[in-house]
Amino acid sequence: MVRSALAVLVIDENCIRASIIEAGLREAGHEQVTVIHDVAGIARRIAEIEPDVIVIDLENPNRDMLENMFQLSRAVKRPIAMFVDRSDQASIEAAVDAGVSAYVVDGLRQERVKPILDMAVSRFNAFARMARELDAARSELESRKVVDRAKGILMKSRGLSEEAAYTLLRKTAMNQNRKIGDIAQSLVTAAGLLGPAEDE
Amino acid sequence: MSMKHQITAGFMPLFDSAVLVAASELGFAAREDIDLTLHRETSWANIRDRIAIGHFDLAHMLGPMPLACNLGLTPLASETIVPFSLGLGGNCITISNAVWAGMAAHGAKADLDPARAGAALGAFIRERATAGREPLRFAVVHPHSGHNYELRYWLAACGIDPDREIEIVIVPPPFMADALAAGRIDGYCVGEPWNSAAVAAGTGHIVTVKAQIWRNSPEKVIGVRKAWADENPEALAALLRALHHSARWCQDPGNHGELAAVMAQPGFLGLPPAVQMPILTGHLQLGSGAELDIDDFFLPFDKAANFPWKSHALWFYTQMVRWGHVAHTPGNLAIARDCYRPDLYRSALKPLGVALPGANAKVEGALKVATAVGATGAGLVLGPDGFFDGQIFDPDEIGAYIAGQKSARAEP
Repeated sequence: MVRSALAVLVIDENCIRASIIEAGLREAGHEQVTVIHDVAGIARRIAEIEPDVIVIDLENPNRDMLENMFQLSRAVKRPIAMFVDRSDQASIEAAVDAGVSAYVVDGLRQERVKPILDMAVSRFNAFARMARELDAARSELESRKVVDRAKGILMKSRGLSEEAAYTLLRKTAMNQNRKIGDIAQSLVTAAGLLGPAEDE
Repeated sequence: MSMKHQITAGFMPLFDSAVLVAASELGFAAREDIDLTLHRETSWANIRDRIAIGHFDLAHMLGPMPLACNLGLTPLASETIVPFSLGLGGNCITISNAVWAGMAAHGAKADLDPARAGAALGAFIRERATAGREPLRFAVVHPHSGHNYELRYWLAACGIDPDREIEIVIVPPPFMADALAAGRIDGYCVGEPWNSAAVAAGTGHIVTVKAQIWRNSPEKVIGVRKAWADENPEALAALLRALHHSARWCQDPGNHGELAAVMAQPGFLGLPPAVQMPILTGHLQLGSGAELDIDDFFLPFDKAANFPWKSHALWFYTQMVRWGHVAHTPGNLAIARDCYRPDLYRSALKPLGVALPGANAKVEGALKVATAVGATGAGLVLGPDGFFDGQIFDPDEIGAYIAGQKSARAEP
């Protein structure tokens, strides 16, 4: 007997993360995936889509509204419960740690849903890692820019070569046990405060 | 140097988290040798989940929420106890200008009188029904909340069936005023500053307040994972003492400016201090220029506000039964009776020599005026604790109280 395909609804205010999850679900063979960013009018959408599984990000402030709607709304024809497998504490923790929560229609077997939750968890984690790396790259770039400006100030005000200016910054950072970016930032700030002094 | 106790707590960005926030930010926890880490959350569901899996040891919770957990009404429920209440009162019922106009035509006045406002609302609702218009839609923050139960209590006592004559939906507190302005809802019950926000925007009127529906009634609590409390009795007792000192500090009008400034920080409420003054002073703008001073509008400490009365928990239980959230059985009643833990509060505070109620429960609605009561220590004043409709809730007569309640489900 062929099992009918599961309809999956992803509710995530973060459009990029939602599309990453959607792509993952499609790669895993789930054709009926709907993504919603804004919960306005969600009861009507749920009535139309009749999802078997709903994936929600934990940062969504509407979670209390959604949980209440799953239980009570006339729009929801089949009761929807939180995906909780009491025997599997590890996967509950993994989901909360990743910042994702899943709800399933009553009676749906756990083993059909678990791969969807596992996939959502791994994609949420991948997204968080990516966001962290992007942050790190951005601050690395910022730091490099500020070091370049600090070098420029030293070269101009003290007549140093670029290499000597960099060495001075690095030595100062080492002596003070601080990051070179912090030292550069202090210098740029001080130069800004002193105004034209750097031209003297 | 690290402290003796490490405690992690969750809270929602609402003003009644103030006692918990001040305990951390003003050093009351540190003085009890507690390293208290606070995490701001975005939903009550998140708080419930993080308590259940152990991310939080305890949290700022809606008064009925721990009962709902223990009664198995929520997913991921873990046994939760309440050894401390974060205050009494603080909520209002706010309606749109259109509904206010309709109520005013039926005799409503800007006096916050629940009976008069309820009668006018009832007349307006029936007028709309006769004209074949859609039922009004009210919002509360959570099904298992003081807000939901006090809104329903008020409506039912005024002859309005909250399940049939209006619709009740869930909206997160910070979105209430916008939803009202956009016409997605016609009214709501929420804590401050989200009522004053609608009044200030000119899009809503405050029609009555929690402090007048049920004077000095319970609101938020500290919910503690029972397994953690059992393993860490010393840390919990130290925290309760820190919260006691913090609550006393929060109640003092001389500290209100500093408290509002702490709560204004982006990591807590993130709203200007001026917005927080109505809840602290009890002086509210009601809309269309009307204003009123409300007695006991919000009490973080006075009137034994921090004592976790079993009669408060049991009243919430009677309302859960009333509105079909749970069946009234001896087993469920026992669970409700065990949830609030005045014994833990009393034993933690005993060394301080402060006034403590001698009883674990009281007859709610029995005190018509502020009354000095027999208690250990000196100077404890309770009440008044009356319901606006004159009803009395005697926790020893719970079966009769439940049987006497008008329920939406009683007759077709």
